[in-house]
Amino acid sequence: MRRPRPQDRLESSRKITRRGLILAAGQLGVMGVLGFRMRYMQVDQADEFRLLAEENRVNIRLIPPARGEIFDRNGRILARNEQTYRIVMVREDAGDVDAVIARLSRLVELDPDELEKAMTEMKRSAPFLPITLADRVAWEDISRVAVNAPALPGVTPEVGFSRVYPLAADLAHVVGYVGPVSDYDLNRIEDPDQLLRIPRFQIGKVGIEAKMESQLRGKAGARRLEVNATGRVMRELSRREGLEGANLQLTIDHRLQNYVQARLGEDSASAVVIDCETGDLLALASSPSFDPNLFVSGISVADYKGLTENPYRPLAAKSVQGAYPPGSTFKMVTALAALESGLIKPDDTQYCPGYLEVSDRRFHCWKRGGHGHVDLEQSLRESCDVYYYELALEIGIERISEMARRLGIGVRHDIPLSAVAQGLAPTKAWKQQVRGEDWLIGDSVNSAIGQGFVLASPMQLAVMTARIATGRAVSPRIIKSIDAVEQPSGAGASLGLNENNLRQVRKAMFQVSNNRRGTAYSNRIAEDTMRMAGKTGTSQVRNITAAERARGVSSNDQLPWDRRDHALFVDFAPYDAPRIAVAVVVEHGGGGSTTAAPIARDVTLQALYGDDPPLSAYPSKDRGRIRAQQERLRELRPPEDVNGKSRA
Amino acid sequence: MSYLEYSVQATPSGFRKILYLNWPLALLLTAVACVGFLMLYSVAGGSFSPWSEAQIKRFLIGFSLMITVAMVPIWFWRNVSGVAYLGALAMLLAVEFFGAIGMGAQRWIDLGFVRLQPSELMKVTLVMLLAAYYDWLPLRRVSHPLWVAVPVLIILAPTALVLGQPDLGTAILLMAGGGAMMFFAGVHWAYFAAVLAAAGGLVTAVFQSRGTDWQMLQDYQFRRIDTFLDPSNDPLGAGYHITQSKIALGSGGWTGRGFMQGTQSRLNFLPEKHTDFIFTTLAEEFGFVGAGALLVLYALIIAFCLHSALTNASRYGSLVTLGMAMTFFLFFAVNMSMVMGLAPVVGVPLPLVSYGGSAMVVLLIGFGVAQSAHVHRPRSRR
Repeated sequence: MRRPRPQDRLESSRKITRRGLILAAGQLGVMGVLGFRMRYMQVDQADEFRLLAEENRVNIRLIPPARGEIFDRNGRILARNEQTYRIVMVREDAGDVDAVIARLSRLVELDPDELEKAMTEMKRSAPFLPITLADRVAWEDISRVAVNAPALPGVTPEVGFSRVYPLAADLAHVVGYVGPVSDYDLNRIEDPDQLLRIPRFQIGKVGIEAKMESQLRGKAGARRLEVNATGRVMRELSRREGLEGANLQLTIDHRLQNYVQARLGEDSASAVVIDCETGDLLALASSPSFDPNLFVSGISVADYKGLTENPYRPLAAKSVQGAYPPGSTFKMVTALAALESGLIKPDDTQYCPGYLEVSDRRFHCWKRGGHGHVDLEQSLRESCDVYYYELALEIGIERISEMARRLGIGVRHDIPLSAVAQGLAPTKAWKQQVRGEDWLIGDSVNSAIGQGFVLASPMQLAVMTARIATGRAVSPRIIKSIDAVEQPSGAGASLGLNENNLRQVRKAMFQVSNNRRGTAYSNRIAEDTMRMAGKTGTSQVRNITAAERARGVSSNDQLPWDRRDHALFVDFAPYDAPRIAVAVVVEHGGGGSTTAAPIARDVTLQALYGDDPPLSAYPSKDRGRIRAQQERLRELRPPEDVNGKSRA
Repeated sequence: MSYLEYSVQATPSGFRKILYLNWPLALLLTAVACVGFLMLYSVAGGSFSPWSEAQIKRFLIGFSLMITVAMVPIWFWRNVSGVAYLGALAMLLAVEFFGAIGMGAQRWIDLGFVRLQPSELMKVTLVMLLAAYYDWLPLRRVSHPLWVAVPVLIILAPTALVLGQPDLGTAILLMAGGGAMMFFAGVHWAYFAAVLAAAGGLVTAVFQSRGTDWQMLQDYQFRRIDTFLDPSNDPLGAGYHITQSKIALGSGGWTGRGFMQGTQSRLNFLPEKHTDFIFTTLAEEFGFVGAGALLVLYALIIAFCLHSALTNASRYGSLVTLGMAMTFFLFFAVNMSMVMGLAPVVGVPLPLVSYGGSAMVVLLIGFGVAQSAHVHRPRSRR
């Protein structure tokens, strides 16, 4: 081995020392940079990174609030939340999924479609997420699953809430129904609540459920969950309970509603009972009806088709959505308009020869031979048309329409129901604007008897009658209280009509029902303290040609159903101290006195007595028929509320 | 230098050598390893299995090997340097060719208690061979181009093989470590300046090559570089590692969330939390104080090595000690830069802390050689 020279060793040692120190300095520099970087990230930027870490780790899950329940005016529950059970499965706990499902299907009947959907969902989602295998499972099935739990790994029963309408069809049109949130709903609502994004979350679709959605829904609670990188929940960090939806109490009396609904039967008809003083809607019936519970769990295509293709339109809430020519029930409006104008006195008579010629057009009275000389009282009692044609010519359409709006026709009443009809009280300006045509004198003549352009919903007719009965601007109300907070009553200020004029009209209406010559005499109330004052109406839905009139107007029985006249009746009772007003419309029902008036009398009595009225309230010849009818309808009554759940 | 230089009287012999070990260095290494055990225990959710226990066993084996190597006189290691280098190179070739055929894409050889990566072994043997080379080479020839070419080849041969695996991290470590050895030995400045300039050119060329037929890096390596340059670009894909790592590190604050309270690592947001990214867990749970303390421990290890090297009159001993210190430094500097977003993710473990057998055992063997140099350093007779 060669030995290095000493000066080499010294040189080497010096060089190594120098170079070593240089690199050491470099290393120190790098470590300094690392240290500063650490300090910068961990001290200066710590808050920012903490926030990011928190976002990583914390997942917020909403807790759906309990939806507010709906009660009738007496505390009977109309819409409640019922516990439902569903069977869910966690894939990673199940192990052999197919074997477990095979065992499960021997215990519980599983819908193959739903199962297939669940299987595809299961393949897509993380193994620890629960997948619903069966929804709305009966309690017996749940208990079978619970007993066999050891043989069914990963399968657990879960509790959820579902909306139930115990009175089913009785209040379908008022309360409405809920259903799962659709894309349409999401697009419609601005700034939708996060809750709506929850799968299977239900919102009101129609009726009060829809219109009072914001009160009923409540506020979502939230759970802050710690999740790991794959989304698995590790633990619950905190929990903020939501706010339950508000409970609503309606003005509807469920027993009366049930009666009215049953009394309308399967006709395409509607009826409204309103409290004359407060405007409370005691019954708001529309027939035929449907079972809203069908919609909650998703209605089958066949059922839905059956509802939409039915010519009687069961889904429509005709009592508020229907707009009909009011026919002769509108005559009170014309009469009051004429009296208030001062141009007509109650005793003034018009001559009715059975028709009136106006600008080369012949307008007929319903009575071919005419009524002869007619004053106000007789004109209403016998429903003379020509009398009102003359009034229209004298006072003009503007006065009539103005009075119609004062009495609640052609104005929108603010009640939380879907598609509330505004009706129409036509004016010259309206026709010019909408139709682009001039107002014709014939239009006024038609309007005077509630034909032509005039439209009113049954509810508006009830409001009109209540206003005539009280002389005050009663407005309808359907929400009695929200979470036990009483809502403003519908009792209004005085309409400012001359009390004498009103008395004249009421007296004439009394005669309609109680005078031997009145159009509704056969449907009078026999009980003196309960006497009603009413008005029949028969509104045409077609034009009667001169040729037809010549050979004799076809009677309704000879016409196809949808060409027949609408039958209407409005009344208030008792005459001396009005408590309720009623409006009944039977679509294409024929005559108001024969079809609508009997229904209205039954409904009126039922409302006044709060139960089946004594037979003595009916004229003696009707009692046998009424007794049978009462027995039949009693069968349809809902069972008493066994839960005794009366709060509001 | 040879054993003839040593004064037999002044050099410890037999078991007395143990007393002459660089004990502060050994204790510092043990302290760092203990930090590793603690963190592995934490990321396993408070459990010694699966990582901490295995890591302790490997450390004990590695520590014993270090003592054993330190007991063997340094001239033996100097004389076997070339053989060790060739052996490591042969193993690299073996995994390169037979590995590709017989063992899939494995980069390691199973030795039973540890899976040995030849590339790890190469880091130590390269330092040893270069130290031996410059010990042999007269100082005046060090900067002669011919004598510069030899170590360049010695460095490039394993680097090329490792790059072919492909393992960019180790390749960088080998190049930088070898280059540092040449620098310590006194090669002229101009060479380093030239190499740095050339490297700059090469980097440009590499980027230019992207997407062409003569592309020099794999696509995934390019993506890692992209991710490094802008991690927010792809926060859930390639940028996920670095983004989550920075979040964990940054959320530690001054004193951290506390032992076993690191949400990022415990909830699996951190990738590779027990290997390359273990530093982030430390930083999250113990904050700036804990992370800084580890950096200080590392700095002390470097400092003790430097002191040992500079007080060693033996050229081989100084060079090999400096080389080991440099290799160790490169390990943790690259790893920390990577997790703090200062360097691209290149797959370099945190020395003595990250879970992984071969890196730790080989590093401890390397420190064993440095210890041997310390124990057997020439002592002047007084």
